[in-house]
Amino acid sequence: MNEVYVLGIDMIKFGRYPDKTVPQLGAEAVLLALDDAGLTMRDIESLYCGNAYQANAMVGQRILQEIGQTGIPVINVSNACATGATAFREAWMAVKAGACDIVVAVGVEQMGKGLLGSAGGERGISKEGLLGSGSMPATFAAIGLEHTRSHGTTFEQFAKVAVKNHKHSTMNPKAMYQKETPLEEVMNAEMIAYPNTKMMCSVNVDGAAAAVLVSEKKAKELGMKRVVRIAASALATDPYQLRNPTLPDINSCTRIAAKKAYGMAGITAGDLDLVELHDCFATAELVHYENLGLCKDGDAGRLIDSGETALGGRIPVNVSGGLLSKGHPIGATGIANIYEICTHLRDEAGERQVKNARYGLAHVIGLGTCCGVHILERAN
Amino acid sequence: MNDVKSSENLLPVVGFLKIPKDGQPYLEGARCDECEAVYTKPQTHCAQCLSPNSLRPYKLGCTGKLYTYSIVCRSFPGIEVPFISAYVDLDGGGALKGNLIDVEATPDAIRFGMPVNIIFDEALGRKDRKGNSYLSYFFAPA
Ligand SMILES: [Zn+2]
Repeated sequence: MNEVYVLGIDMIKFGRYPDKTVPQLGAEAVLLALDDAGLTMRDIESLYCGNAYQANAMVGQRILQEIGQTGIPVINVSNACATGATAFREAWMAVKAGACDIVVAVGVEQMGKGLLGSAGGERGISKEGLLGSGSMPATFAAIGLEHTRSHGTTFEQFAKVAVKNHKHSTMNPKAMYQKETPLEEVMNAEMIAYPNTKMMCSVNVDGAAAAVLVSEKKAKELGMKRVVRIAASALATDPYQLRNPTLPDINSCTRIAAKKAYGMAGITAGDLDLVELHDCFATAELVHYENLGLCKDGDAGRLIDSGETALGGRIPVNVSGGLLSKGHPIGATGIANIYEICTHLRDEAGERQVKNARYGLAHVIGLGTCCGVHILERAN
Repeated sequence: MNDVKSSENLLPVVGFLKIPKDGQPYLEGARCDECEAVYTKPQTHCAQCLSPNSLRPYKLGCTGKLYTYSIVCRSFPGIEVPFISAYVDLDGGGALKGNLIDVEATPDAIRFGMPVNIIFDEALGRKDRKGNSYLSYFFAPA
């Protein structure tokens, strides 16, 4: 079996970089990951670049124009908020297939401020506020209330997700925000789309993250000391479901991808030591507890109440601060989530370190819809 | 009831809203003969059972039940808030998103499963660049 390892991985601090270009931000992340791996662009056989908003503008090639035009193949990918994870997975496949020994995956995004989503097409009139809402906060709010409908999950339980993740962020210097927010503050913040207040929405920021993936042969050659094994890579799309895509179904595709990933890794959810999941909104985190099998269906509210998903608990979720605090540069998010997992599996997470972590899962959702799940395993 | 007379010069807000010359506006989707899946738009093949030639035009129900919602308090510039973005399961199949009107925009006033009627009315006075007015659909408590 041709194992694939992460040899180097890093992210820039997420924030707002209006004076930089998308290729410059991407280049910065690639250089950080190369440094982390102890390699240079000369060693890289192929580059997989994830970017959503400039998907037609050859971002990967423009990154190489910044840091080294070595003539290698570049694959630009776009898959909404699963873009970074998709680039990572493509890189993984190239090594897994034996086609390459050393490749780079990079995800990069520059976001505007304001609400994600669209006010409606150019044809005819705007449908926003006429045929409901197409905004992301409203869409994920409705997905949260679907859980309320089935299981009685409360506004307060959703708000607790933001309290937990913001608390975690105080230990992550690479997060956009590193500020604790008590429950009352979260619940009394400006309501964006009930039940998501402003503090329960991820921020639109600029960011980039990159990883160097290597074959087992190369890992042994270059040094196994800090490598992390990619135990599973799974991607799924939304299967037919009667309300989808009117109400985007982020649940079914997560369940498909999670099942595949657990099977590939030969583990169950109970074997995980930490999870970075797609908390684009606080409501999303709770539904994914169940989708990823961290608790039984219907128990997500009780799981957040129990504190078991906080650092120090049974299964810490989003110890990075999550998208809610780190920010959500959509093309970069998937690789940044993997970076967080790898950092723990290398015992390099500082005060937010999940002790003795062996398995971690990184999850992202791209609306429209797709889900990427990666399981990583400590190799040392 | 629906003001049919005034809908004569209005354009449909979405392709599946049909405005007959004589008679009530209605929504027309597609339904699969094989598996009974209902869509709000024409399909190339059936997405559930993959049948290639099984989809027929289907008049969507004009009643339904509220499945889930969000109360939208901040939207894009120029959009009046708050409003209720509602997801409704249509009687007879299919699911639709739209504004739930005639209900106070507070969680206490909104009940999962509440029966709604689909009503047709002018699209909040919105006009396109050419000055055309539109007919839209809304959900109202039954
Ligand atoms: Zn069918």
